[in-house]
Amino acid sequence: MLRRALNWLADRAGVDSIRSFLAHKTVPIHSATIWYYFGGITLFLFVIQVLTGMLLLLYYRPTPNEAFETVQFIITRVQFGWLVRSVHSWSGNLMVLSAMIHMFSVFFLRSYRQPRELIWLSGMVLLFLTLMFGFSGYLLPWNTLAFFATKVGTDMAGLVPVAGSFLRRFLRGGDEVTGATLTRFFGFHVAVLPGLTTLLLLFHLALVQKWGMSSRQRSGEPVSTMPFFPNFVLRELIAWYGALGVLGTLAALFPWELGTKADPFASAPAGIRPEWYFLAVFYTLKLIPSKVLFMDGEVVGIVVFGLAAAGWMLIPFWDRQPEEAEQHRLLTGVGAFVIAYLVVFSVLGYWR
Amino acid sequence: MKLRWMAPIFVMALGLPAQTAKNSCVECHAALEGDLARPAELFANDIHGKNGFSCVACHGGDPSSDDPEVAMSRGRGFLGKIDRRSVPARCARCHSDANLIHRFKPQQRVDQLAQYQTSVHGQRLAAGDVKVANCIDCHSVHDIREVSDPLSPVYPLRLPETCARCHADAAHMQGYRIPTDQFEKYRKSVHWEALAQRGDLSAPNCATCHGNHGAAPPGVASVAMVCGSCHVVFENLFVKSPHKKAFDNMGLAGCVVCHSNHDVEKPTLALVGVQPGAVCLNCHAKGDKGYEAAMQMRSRLEQLAASLGRSDDILKMAESSGMEVSEARLGLGTANESLVKAEVDLHSFDPAMVDGAVAKGLEVAQSSYRAGQKALEERDYRRKGLALSLVTIVVTMAGLWLAVRELDNRRKKSS
Repeated sequence: MLRRALNWLADRAGVDSIRSFLAHKTVPIHSATIWYYFGGITLFLFVIQVLTGMLLLLYYRPTPNEAFETVQFIITRVQFGWLVRSVHSWSGNLMVLSAMIHMFSVFFLRSYRQPRELIWLSGMVLLFLTLMFGFSGYLLPWNTLAFFATKVGTDMAGLVPVAGSFLRRFLRGGDEVTGATLTRFFGFHVAVLPGLTTLLLLFHLALVQKWGMSSRQRSGEPVSTMPFFPNFVLRELIAWYGALGVLGTLAALFPWELGTKADPFASAPAGIRPEWYFLAVFYTLKLIPSKVLFMDGEVVGIVVFGLAAAGWMLIPFWDRQPEEAEQHRLLTGVGAFVIAYLVVFSVLGYWR
Repeated sequence: MKLRWMAPIFVMALGLPAQTAKNSCVECHAALEGDLARPAELFANDIHGKNGFSCVACHGGDPSSDDPEVAMSRGRGFLGKIDRRSVPARCARCHSDANLIHRFKPQQRVDQLAQYQTSVHGQRLAAGDVKVANCIDCHSVHDIREVSDPLSPVYPLRLPETCARCHADAAHMQGYRIPTDQFEKYRKSVHWEALAQRGDLSAPNCATCHGNHGAAPPGVASVAMVCGSCHVVFENLFVKSPHKKAFDNMGLAGCVVCHSNHDVEKPTLALVGVQPGAVCLNCHAKGDKGYEAAMQMRSRLEQLAASLGRSDDILKMAESSGMEVSEARLGLGTANESLVKAEVDLHSFDPAMVDGAVAKGLEVAQSSYRAGQKALEERDYRRKGLALSLVTIVVTMAGLWLAVRELDNRRKKSS
């Protein structure tokens, strides 16, 4: 009876075709295979984010009078609430880190080249959405640091030429960071961004399935492969377990601080700075003189960053070489420079 | 009094029109050198000049004439340099005239001269001592600024130094038989710290206790009242305490007996009790009732302070481990307030009253301590849970790795 039921289910769900697909799918093996796992780790952390986020939603209320108190309630009164909140915050940060490593590994392995241009582009948009997740989520506990960092962040958005003023008002829901901003950021964080990210993630994964992983093999050379299931999946599982271990250790040993409740009428405390992944941009904007030629220095900075990001995003269209060709030294240099710049300026932004 | 109604006309003639009219005093003095040029330079910043008054308002003369003989002729009312003894009266011609002064500052007092005449400065000046301070010694001359102007010598932050110009000058004060170390002592006090370091303009300076225009040293009987004008609660407790009567009988001034006057330092527990350095020992000896009370109060205050310290330490430890103890921290703040209350109640010199506040504080401090202990227990529980989870994760990873190797070997063999 049970066997018949299972057979019926397998027939209707098309398990045979899935089994056949898994039996034939292979993954290339080469010296840089390890970098493949960061895409999977990013996906794993996204799933953790969704699960812990749903648990937090059971208690969290997005109003200036209740946001801080409900987060405080979660971490002090709810059973394992501290762990859920801490895992949510740490996994958000680790997800940004993992997505960045994934992006640079794709860059240095030349995996963005044709025919994978759309995988790169969708990945870049996913990274941008991940940063937006961080930015919108940072405000939700409504604590002092988050409140003033959001002020700084939305001010930076206001520097965008032409649309800046509209963008700042759109993000804040008014002229200042208020309860309207909190409601808006909550909406972005739990509805708009997850929806967009899920759709784009499916698109990204579908394209990866269509074009497969880049093999790095020169043309004519045989491509070494391993079965996707179970060989690659088990390896990926080891990586996920490793990520879980790191995440659990960070969450338990360094529970994410709540700080003090935001007071919109208080003056900004000294040393306000955004989350670490915006530090390099923040510090660079601080270094630019107030006037560059006839333009505001910060506006010039934002324009330059915008152009640089657009240039980076369009790399598959600059580098039109075939997949097998070696990477141009100039591009390797640019990648190394971008990493060095991000690391050095983030460290300087943190310490100064 | 008969001429009072003429005051506005008088002022119009002397000062106000000068804003637009010719002023040969400034024109000539600006062209001179040295001390004679200085008044013309300084007058640009003078509050009187800014309100339309000119030199002639104090010095007389005729500023419409370019001829020095005419402009500075006695016939035109020229007075020259004002004699020091005449300065207060000269200033008071306007500053004691409510009708005139209130046209410029409706809230301004007009009793400065009356007060000055009651002060030691005023009385000595009247007796012919021209070394004592008059209006211009404190407010400056020719560049007189509003008291609220930070550059004014009587701006709260600058006033102590202004008084010290004379009072800390041993040569100047020779013959007056008063100390000259007040300013030096004041700069060690909590009042100076509040004023100069924290920038609290309401903190006491010389004038707060001694008065400004009516400057006089407070007598023994009025010291508690001087201090009590700010420290109201302390004064109320003190006047009801057994010390009040005892001090009165002994001819001792109140607060300054224990806290000193100019060099009032931040009071600590070391002041209270029967150990060396405690001020109680200045009057009390072993065996008397006050000695026992001092010992008892000190012991209870120390007990609360130690309990607060212990609770603070454990909460800090919990916070540095990332534990959320803000509620306990809030409670500890309340317990700290109890310590402050007990220290205030100390001025009743009644051990039972001090004990009441101490008992409340101890209860809250102990509750905060227990919260800290609980947080550390929770931290240890989390760490044990983490260790167990990590062992499980590592074992699972190792198992998966073995499975992967097995699969790879099988694949190699089959290929």
